[in-house]
Amino acid sequence: MVKPTQVTNDIRSLRFRHGEMTQAELAERIGVTRQTVIAIEQGRYSPSLEMAFQIARVFGVPLDAVFQYPETEETAS
Amino acid sequence: MSYEEKGTWVFLVVSVAGYGVYLALVLPQLLNGTPVGEIDYVPAVLWTIGGSIVGAIVLRILVEIVVPSGSTRGDVRDKEIDRLGERVGNAFLVIGALGALVLAMFEAGYFWIANAIYLAFVLSAILSSVTKVVVYRKGVPAW
Repeated sequence: MVKPTQVTNDIRSLRFRHGEMTQAELAERIGVTRQTVIAIEQGRYSPSLEMAFQIARVFGVPLDAVFQYPETEETAS
Repeated sequence: MSYEEKGTWVFLVVSVAGYGVYLALVLPQLLNGTPVGEIDYVPAVLWTIGGSIVGAIVLRILVEIVVPSGSTRGDVRDKEIDRLGERVGNAFLVIGALGALVLAMFEAGYFWIANAIYLAFVLSAILSSVTKVVVYRKGVPAW
């Protein structure tokens, strides 16, 4: 069953707290396209664990400061 | 829109247009009551396939001139979307091959066998492109 990701993230606010870093700058730092950063921010794409760590490292924060997962899993529709 | 997504749109447009031209060349002959054994479909197949390849290259260049991409490099998300789209498209190739096999078993004319395979190529290209475009727009499913 196809379902949207339940992973949420704070990348947008982290970017602004880090010198108003642009999506293009973040994309270049982690080696992806700007469209992929946009898709991650909007919850349209779940990055791999490796990419998630790379993003957290760019901001110098632990992984769960960037990505969150709900405590109770919602019933898949 | 990323470089890879633009390429998907170009492939979709060219696939539809190429098959549209083929149908415009062959369907009138079929509807006019020409016996299928006498329909001159081989040059139409070859020219529309060749034309689609050249058309895709030209259109790709034109799109990049009009709307240049920031980067021509794909990334891991592009690869995931490509893989998903190709998997959907491949299903239609298998269906087309099975259709052609059945037609051959029943000793159908070469015209019908060739057209079943050509239609499968086109449906595969269209379905894989549509899948990719939808996933680019709506998001990669988490399954």
